[in-house]
Amino acid sequence: MFDWIQYFADWLIYSIIGIQQGTHLGDALNFFVYDTIKILVLLLLITFLMGIVNAYFPIDRIRNFLSRNKLYGGEYVMASSFGAVTPFCSCSSVPLFIGFVKGGIPLGVTFAFLITSPLVNEVAVAIFLGMFGFKTTVIYVVSGILLGVVSGIILGKMNLEPLLTEWVRTIQANAERERETFELEKLTLLQRLPGIWNEAFGIVKSVFPYVIIGIGIGAAMHGYVPEGFFEKYIGKDTWYAVPLAVILGVPMYANAAGIVPVIQVFVAKGIPIGTSLAFMMAVVGLSIPEATLLKKVMTGKLIAIFFGVVSACIILSGYVFNAIL
Amino acid sequence: MIVIKVLGTGCAKCKQMENTVRTVVANMGIEATVEKVEDIEKIMEYNVMVTPVLVIDEKVTIKGRVPSEQEVKALLS
Repeated sequence: MFDWIQYFADWLIYSIIGIQQGTHLGDALNFFVYDTIKILVLLLLITFLMGIVNAYFPIDRIRNFLSRNKLYGGEYVMASSFGAVTPFCSCSSVPLFIGFVKGGIPLGVTFAFLITSPLVNEVAVAIFLGMFGFKTTVIYVVSGILLGVVSGIILGKMNLEPLLTEWVRTIQANAERERETFELEKLTLLQRLPGIWNEAFGIVKSVFPYVIIGIGIGAAMHGYVPEGFFEKYIGKDTWYAVPLAVILGVPMYANAAGIVPVIQVFVAKGIPIGTSLAFMMAVVGLSIPEATLLKKVMTGKLIAIFFGVVSACIILSGYVFNAIL
Repeated sequence: MIVIKVLGTGCAKCKQMENTVRTVVANMGIEATVEKVEDIEKIMEYNVMVTPVLVIDEKVTIKGRVPSEQEVKALLS
Protein backbone atom coordinates (compact mmCIF):
# COMPACT_ATOMS: atom_id res chain seq x y z
CA MET A 1 0.00 0.00 0.00
CA PHE A 2 2.89 2.35 0.72
CA ASP A 3 5.28 1.20 -2.01
CA TRP A 4 4.70 4.35 -4.01
CA ILE A 5 5.96 6.48 -1.15
CA GLN A 6 9.18 4.45 -1.04
CA TYR A 7 9.63 4.93 -4.80
CA PHE A 8 9.01 8.62 -4.36
CA ALA A 9 11.48 8.92 -1.49
CA ASP A 10 14.14 6.95 -3.42
CA TRP A 11 13.60 9.10 -6.48
CA LEU A 12 13.66 12.36 -4.55
CA ILE A 13 16.74 11.64 -2.45
CA TYR A 14 18.89 9.54 -4.76
CA SER A 15 18.01 10.96 -8.18
CA ILE A 16 16.87 14.52 -7.71
CA ILE A 17 18.95 15.64 -4.74
CA GLY A 18 21.64 13.21 -5.78
CA ILE A 19 22.80 11.79 -2.46
CA GLN A 20 24.42 8.40 -2.80
CA GLN A 21 22.27 5.46 -1.73
CA GLY A 22 23.81 3.64 1.24
CA THR A 23 25.35 6.72 2.82
CA HIS A 24 24.28 7.55 6.34
CA LEU A 25 22.84 10.94 5.37
CA GLY A 26 21.03 9.61 2.31
CA ASP A 27 19.38 6.81 4.23
CA ALA A 28 18.38 9.08 7.10
CA LEU A 29 16.81 11.61 4.70
CA ASN A 30 15.11 8.85 2.77
CA PHE A 31 13.69 7.47 6.02
CA PHE A 32 12.52 10.93 7.08
CA VAL A 33 10.74 11.63 3.77
CA TYR A 34 9.14 8.19 3.68
CA ASP A 35 7.92 8.34 7.29
CA THR A 36 6.62 11.87 7.01
CA ILE A 37 4.60 11.24 3.85
CA LYS A 38 3.25 7.93 5.08
CA ILE A 39 2.07 9.45 8.34
CA LEU A 40 0.60 12.46 6.58
CA VAL A 41 -1.47 10.18 4.34
CA LEU A 42 -2.63 8.03 7.26
CA LEU A 43 -3.48 11.08 9.33
CA LEU A 44 -5.65 12.61 6.63
CA LEU A 45 -7.39 9.32 5.94
CA ILE A 46 -8.14 8.47 9.55
CA THR A 47 -9.18 11.94 10.71
CA PHE A 48 -11.53 12.09 7.73
CA LEU A 49 -13.07 8.69 8.55
CA MET A 50 -13.39 9.64 12.21
CA GLY A 51 -15.09 12.87 11.13
CA ILE A 52 -17.73 10.84 9.32
CA VAL A 53 -18.22 8.56 12.34
CA ASN A 54 -18.59 11.60 14.54
CA ALA A 55 -21.20 13.11 12.30
CA TYR A 56 -23.37 10.18 13.37
CA PHE A 57 -22.47 10.25 17.07
CA PRO A 58 -22.61 13.82 18.31
CA ILE A 59 -21.59 14.05 21.95
CA ASP A 60 -25.12 15.00 23.07
CA ARG A 61 -26.48 11.81 21.60
CA ILE A 62 -23.82 9.77 23.42
CA ARG A 63 -24.65 11.43 26.68
CA ASN A 64 -28.36 10.80 26.25
CA PHE A 65 -27.68 7.19 25.39
CA LEU A 66 -25.57 6.68 28.49
CA SER A 67 -28.01 8.37 30.84
CA ARG A 68 -31.02 6.51 29.48
CA ASN A 69 -29.73 2.97 29.34
CA LYS A 70 -28.94 0.66 32.24
CA LEU A 71 -26.28 -1.60 30.86
CA TYR A 72 -25.20 -3.65 33.90
CA GLY A 73 -21.55 -2.68 33.72
CA GLY A 74 -21.59 -2.36 29.97
CA GLU A 75 -21.92 1.39 30.36
CA TYR A 76 -18.25 1.56 31.34
CA VAL A 77 -17.26 -0.16 28.11
CA MET A 78 -19.58 2.08 26.12
CA ALA A 79 -18.31 5.27 27.75
CA SER A 80 -14.70 4.26 27.27
CA SER A 81 -15.24 3.30 23.61
CA PHE A 82 -17.08 6.53 22.96
CA GLY A 83 -14.13 8.30 24.51
CA ALA A 84 -11.92 6.62 21.96
CA VAL A 85 -13.89 7.74 18.91
CA THR A 86 -14.72 11.28 19.95
CA PRO A 87 -12.02 13.84 19.40
CA PHE A 88 -11.96 16.90 21.56
CA CYS A 89 -9.23 19.15 22.71
CA SER A 90 -8.10 18.96 26.30
CA CYS A 91 -9.87 22.15 27.25
CA SER A 92 -13.22 20.51 26.57
CA SER A 93 -12.70 18.03 29.38
CA VAL A 94 -14.29 20.22 32.03
CA PRO A 95 -17.43 21.10 30.02
CA LEU A 96 -17.75 17.42 29.11
CA PHE A 97 -17.39 16.39 32.72
CA ILE A 98 -20.14 18.78 33.81
CA GLY A 99 -22.31 17.77 30.90
CA PHE A 100 -22.09 14.14 31.92
CA VAL A 101 -22.76 14.91 35.58
CA LYS A 102 -25.79 16.96 34.52
CA GLY A 103 -27.12 14.04 32.54
CA GLY A 104 -27.12 11.97 35.72
CA ILE A 105 -24.33 9.72 34.50
CA PRO A 106 -22.46 8.06 37.39
CA LEU A 107 -19.06 9.48 38.23
CA GLY A 108 -17.20 6.25 37.44
CA VAL A 109 -18.66 6.11 33.94
CA THR A 110 -17.76 9.74 33.38
CA PHE A 111 -14.19 8.97 34.43
CA ALA A 112 -14.04 6.02 32.02
CA PHE A 113 -14.86 8.44 29.20
CA LEU A 114 -12.42 11.09 30.38
CA ILE A 115 -9.51 8.67 30.72
CA THR A 116 -9.79 7.05 27.31
CA SER A 117 -10.49 10.20 25.38
CA PRO A 118 -6.98 11.66 25.30
CA LEU A 119 -5.31 8.22 25.15
CA VAL A 120 -7.00 6.89 22.07
CA ASN A 121 -7.82 9.28 19.28
CA GLU A 122 -7.54 9.54 15.53
CA VAL A 123 -4.15 11.22 15.61
CA ALA A 124 -2.60 8.64 17.92
CA VAL A 125 -4.05 5.78 15.89
CA ALA A 126 -2.81 7.15 12.57
CA ILE A 127 0.73 7.69 13.79
CA PHE A 128 0.79 4.37 15.59
CA LEU A 129 -0.27 2.60 12.40
CA GLY A 130 2.46 4.37 10.49
CA MET A 131 5.24 3.61 12.95
CA PHE A 132 4.37 0.30 14.60
CA GLY A 133 2.04 -1.46 12.19
CA PHE A 134 -1.38 -2.96 12.62
CA LYS A 135 -0.90 -5.41 15.47
CA THR A 136 0.65 -3.01 17.97
CA THR A 137 -1.97 -0.40 17.08
CA VAL A 138 -4.80 -2.79 17.89
CA ILE A 139 -3.12 -3.72 21.17
CA TYR A 140 -2.71 -0.06 22.02
CA VAL A 141 -6.33 0.83 21.25
CA VAL A 142 -7.76 -2.15 23.13
CA SER A 143 -5.57 -1.53 26.15
CA GLY A 144 -6.43 2.17 26.15
CA ILE A 145 -10.12 1.32 26.25
CA LEU A 146 -9.59 -1.33 28.95
CA LEU A 147 -7.59 1.13 31.00
CA GLY A 148 -10.54 3.54 30.95
CA VAL A 149 -12.98 0.77 31.90
CA VAL A 150 -10.93 -0.63 34.78
CA SER A 151 -9.97 2.76 36.23
CA GLY A 152 -13.58 3.95 35.81
CA ILE A 153 -14.97 0.94 37.69
CA ILE A 154 -12.46 1.33 40.53
CA LEU A 155 -13.15 5.07 40.83
CA GLY A 156 -16.89 4.43 40.63
CA LYS A 157 -16.71 2.08 43.62
CA MET A 158 -14.98 4.66 45.80
CA ASN A 159 -17.92 7.02 46.45
CA LEU A 160 -16.08 10.11 45.43
CA GLU A 161 -19.09 12.40 44.93
CA PRO A 162 -18.45 14.37 48.18
CA LEU A 163 -15.05 15.34 46.79
CA LEU A 164 -16.44 17.26 43.85
CA THR A 165 -16.36 21.03 44.20
CA GLU A 166 -19.40 22.73 45.64
CA TRP A 167 -20.99 24.05 42.46
CA VAL A 168 -20.63 20.71 40.72
CA ARG A 169 -22.39 18.97 43.59
CA THR A 170 -25.26 21.42 43.25
CA ILE A 171 -25.50 20.58 39.57
CA GLN A 172 -25.41 16.90 40.38
CA ALA A 173 -28.18 17.22 42.96
CA ASN A 174 -30.36 18.88 40.36
CA ALA A 175 -29.47 16.46 37.63
CA GLU A 176 -32.54 15.13 36.01
CA ARG A 177 -32.40 12.38 33.57
CA GLU A 178 -33.86 14.74 31.11
CA ARG A 179 -33.18 14.29 27.49
CA GLU A 180 -32.25 17.76 26.61
CA THR A 181 -33.37 18.21 23.10
CA PHE A 182 -30.55 18.85 20.78
CA GLU A 183 -30.69 20.01 17.26
CA LEU A 184 -29.30 17.58 14.81
CA GLU A 185 -27.65 19.30 11.96
CA LYS A 186 -30.13 18.94 9.19
CA LEU A 187 -27.69 18.42 6.38
CA THR A 188 -27.22 15.14 4.56
CA LEU A 189 -23.91 13.40 4.85
CA LEU A 190 -23.00 14.37 1.30
CA GLN A 191 -23.58 18.03 2.06
CA ARG A 192 -21.47 17.77 5.16
CA LEU A 193 -18.52 16.01 3.54
CA PRO A 194 -16.74 19.21 2.50
CA GLY A 195 -17.00 20.48 6.08
CA ILE A 196 -15.73 17.19 7.48
CA TRP A 197 -12.87 17.22 5.00
CA ASN A 198 -11.94 20.78 5.93
CA GLU A 199 -11.98 19.87 9.57
CA ALA A 200 -9.79 16.80 8.99
CA PHE A 201 -7.40 18.95 7.00
CA GLY A 202 -7.35 21.51 9.81
CA ILE A 203 -6.56 18.86 12.42
CA VAL A 204 -3.74 17.43 10.32
CA LYS A 205 -2.36 20.90 9.71
CA SER A 206 -2.36 21.73 13.40
CA VAL A 207 -0.66 18.51 14.57
CA PHE A 208 1.78 18.24 11.71
CA PRO A 209 4.51 20.45 13.17
CA TYR A 210 4.56 18.15 16.21
CA VAL A 211 4.81 15.10 13.98
CA ILE A 212 7.76 16.62 12.13
CA ILE A 213 9.49 17.53 15.39
CA GLY A 214 8.77 14.05 16.75
CA ILE A 215 10.13 12.32 13.65
CA GLY A 216 13.10 14.69 13.67
CA ILE A 217 13.98 13.87 17.28
CA GLY A 218 13.39 10.23 16.46
CA ALA A 219 15.71 10.38 13.44
CA ALA A 220 18.42 12.14 15.43
CA MET A 221 18.20 9.59 18.22
CA HIS A 222 18.31 6.81 15.63
CA GLY A 223 21.61 8.17 14.46
CA TYR A 224 23.31 9.06 17.71
CA VAL A 225 21.99 6.75 20.40
CA PRO A 226 23.80 3.44 20.06
CA GLU A 227 21.80 0.27 19.55
CA GLY A 228 20.82 -1.33 22.85
CA PHE A 229 21.87 1.80 24.78
CA PHE A 230 18.85 1.88 27.03
CA GLU A 231 18.79 -1.85 27.43
CA LYS A 232 21.83 -1.68 29.67
CA TYR A 233 19.92 0.43 32.16
CA ILE A 234 16.28 -0.50 31.74
CA GLY A 235 15.76 -3.90 30.28
CA LYS A 236 12.91 -6.27 30.93
CA ASP A 237 14.50 -7.48 34.15
CA THR A 238 14.63 -4.07 35.77
CA TRP A 239 11.54 -4.36 37.94
CA TYR A 240 11.27 -0.64 38.73
CA ALA A 241 11.48 0.50 35.08
CA VAL A 242 7.71 0.65 34.52
CA PRO A 243 6.77 2.64 37.63
CA LEU A 244 9.73 4.93 37.03
CA ALA A 245 8.63 5.58 33.43
CA VAL A 246 5.09 6.37 34.60
CA ILE A 247 6.22 8.65 37.43
CA LEU A 248 8.42 10.55 34.97
CA GLY A 249 5.63 10.69 32.39
CA VAL A 250 2.72 11.92 34.49
CA PRO A 251 3.84 15.54 35.03
CA MET A 252 4.91 15.88 31.39
CA TYR A 253 2.53 16.76 28.68
CA ALA A 254 2.86 16.16 24.98
CA ASN A 255 0.19 15.27 22.49
CA ALA A 256 0.14 11.87 20.88
CA ALA A 257 1.45 13.30 17.62
CA GLY A 258 4.77 14.31 19.10
CA ILE A 259 5.35 11.42 21.46
CA VAL A 260 4.78 8.37 19.25
CA PRO A 261 7.85 8.88 17.01
CA VAL A 262 10.01 9.25 20.13
CA ILE A 263 8.52 6.10 21.66
CA GLN A 264 9.36 4.25 18.48
CA VAL A 265 13.03 5.05 18.99
CA PHE A 266 12.85 3.91 22.61
CA VAL A 267 11.55 0.57 21.40
CA ALA A 268 14.10 0.34 18.59
CA LYS A 269 16.94 1.04 21.03
CA GLY A 270 15.94 -1.67 23.46
CA ILE A 271 13.40 -0.35 25.95
CA PRO A 272 10.69 -2.99 26.35
CA ILE A 273 7.45 -2.08 24.57
CA GLY A 274 5.36 -2.28 27.76
CA THR A 275 7.60 0.20 29.52
CA SER A 276 7.50 2.50 26.49
CA LEU A 277 3.71 2.34 26.14
CA ALA A 278 3.26 2.96 29.86
CA PHE A 279 5.46 6.04 29.53
CA MET A 280 3.45 7.27 26.56
CA MET A 281 0.09 6.72 28.29
CA ALA A 282 1.32 8.62 31.34
CA VAL A 283 2.49 11.53 29.19
CA VAL A 284 -0.62 11.74 27.03
CA GLY A 285 -3.27 10.75 29.56
CA LEU A 286 -2.26 12.61 32.70
CA SER A 287 -0.51 15.93 33.03
CA ILE A 288 -0.13 18.95 35.24
CA PRO A 289 -2.06 21.22 32.83
CA GLU A 290 -4.96 18.75 32.98
CA ALA A 291 -4.88 18.71 36.77
CA THR A 292 -5.08 22.51 36.76
CA LEU A 293 -8.14 22.41 34.51
CA LEU A 294 -9.82 19.77 36.66
CA LYS A 295 -9.35 21.90 39.77
CA LYS A 296 -12.48 23.75 38.72
CA VAL A 297 -14.60 20.66 39.27
CA MET A 298 -12.68 18.50 41.70
CA THR A 299 -11.02 19.02 45.04
CA GLY A 300 -7.29 18.42 45.24
CA LYS A 301 -7.91 15.17 47.06
CA LEU A 302 -10.12 13.85 44.27
CA ILE A 303 -7.57 14.83 41.63
CA ALA A 304 -4.90 13.00 43.62
CA ILE A 305 -7.07 9.87 43.86
CA PHE A 306 -7.93 10.09 40.15
CA PHE A 307 -4.29 10.42 39.12
CA GLY A 308 -3.25 7.72 41.57
CA VAL A 309 -5.74 5.14 40.33
CA VAL A 310 -5.03 5.84 36.67
CA SER A 311 -1.25 5.73 37.23
CA ALA A 312 -1.57 2.42 39.04
CA CYS A 313 -3.59 0.99 36.13
CA ILE A 314 -1.02 2.26 33.62
CA ILE A 315 1.80 0.64 35.59
CA LEU A 316 -0.13 -2.62 35.72
CA SER A 317 -0.74 -2.54 31.97
CA GLY A 318 2.98 -1.88 31.41
CA TYR A 319 3.88 -5.06 33.29
CA VAL A 320 1.22 -7.02 31.42
CA PHE A 321 2.59 -5.84 28.05
CA ASN A 322 6.14 -6.71 29.00
CA ALA A 323 4.98 -10.16 30.03
CA ILE A 324 2.93 -10.98 26.93
CA LEU A 325 4.74 -9.17 24.10
CA MET B 1 -26.94 45.47 17.55
CA ILE B 2 -25.93 41.86 17.61
CA VAL B 3 -24.34 40.35 20.70
CA ILE B 4 -21.85 37.68 19.82
CA LYS B 5 -20.09 35.51 22.37
CA VAL B 6 -17.33 33.02 21.84
CA LEU B 7 -17.20 30.48 24.65
CA GLY B 8 -13.95 28.69 25.28
CA THR B 9 -11.32 28.20 27.92
CA GLY B 10 -8.48 29.35 25.73
CA CYS B 11 -7.33 26.48 23.56
CA ALA B 12 -6.16 26.89 19.98
CA LYS B 13 -9.55 26.16 18.43
CA CYS B 14 -11.23 28.76 20.61
CA LYS B 15 -8.80 31.44 19.51
CA GLN B 16 -9.30 30.43 15.89
CA MET B 17 -13.05 30.80 16.26
CA GLU B 18 -12.67 34.22 17.87
CA ASN B 19 -10.41 35.41 15.05
CA THR B 20 -12.78 34.12 12.38
CA VAL B 21 -15.74 35.84 13.98
CA ARG B 22 -13.90 39.13 14.41
CA THR B 23 -12.76 39.07 10.80
CA VAL B 24 -16.26 38.44 9.51
CA VAL B 25 -17.78 41.15 11.69
CA ALA B 26 -15.18 43.64 10.48
CA ASN B 27 -15.65 42.67 6.84
CA MET B 28 -19.42 42.86 6.97
CA GLY B 29 -19.33 46.18 8.78
CA ILE B 30 -22.26 45.23 10.99
CA GLU B 31 -22.93 46.55 14.47
CA ALA B 32 -21.96 43.78 16.78
CA THR B 33 -20.05 43.17 19.96
CA VAL B 34 -17.78 40.20 20.19
CA GLU B 35 -17.07 38.90 23.66
CA LYS B 36 -14.82 36.04 24.65
CA VAL B 37 -16.21 34.09 27.61
CA GLU B 38 -13.53 32.12 29.43
CA ASP B 39 -15.12 31.49 32.81
CA ILE B 40 -16.11 27.85 32.91
CA GLU B 41 -19.13 28.41 35.18
CA LYS B 42 -20.53 30.96 32.74
CA ILE B 43 -19.82 28.64 29.83
CA MET B 44 -21.75 25.85 31.50
CA GLU B 45 -24.84 28.03 31.70
CA TYR B 46 -25.21 27.50 27.98
CA ASN B 47 -25.55 23.76 28.43
CA VAL B 48 -22.72 22.82 26.13
CA MET B 49 -20.22 20.01 26.46
CA VAL B 50 -17.64 20.91 23.90
CA THR B 51 -15.79 24.10 23.14
CA PRO B 52 -15.48 26.38 21.27
CA VAL B 53 -19.06 27.59 21.08
CA LEU B 54 -20.50 30.45 19.06
CA VAL B 55 -23.43 32.22 20.71
CA ILE B 56 -25.36 34.81 18.73
CA ASP B 57 -27.90 36.86 20.68
CA GLU B 58 -27.85 34.25 23.46
CA LYS B 59 -28.57 31.42 21.05
CA VAL B 60 -26.05 28.60 20.69
CA THR B 61 -25.26 28.16 17.01
CA ILE B 62 -22.02 26.26 16.52
CA LYS B 63 -20.30 24.05 19.05
CA GLY B 64 -17.15 21.98 19.14
CA ARG B 65 -15.62 23.09 15.88
CA VAL B 66 -14.20 26.07 14.09
CA PRO B 67 -16.59 27.40 11.46
CA SER B 68 -15.57 28.80 8.11
CA GLU B 69 -15.95 32.51 7.43
CA GLN B 70 -18.83 31.87 5.04
CA GLU B 71 -20.67 29.93 7.69
CA VAL B 72 -20.37 32.71 10.23
CA LYS B 73 -21.42 35.20 7.58
CA ALA B 74 -24.55 33.20 6.84
CA LEU B 75 -25.42 33.05 10.54
CA LEU B 76 -25.03 36.79 10.94
CA SER B 77 -27.06 37.92 7.95
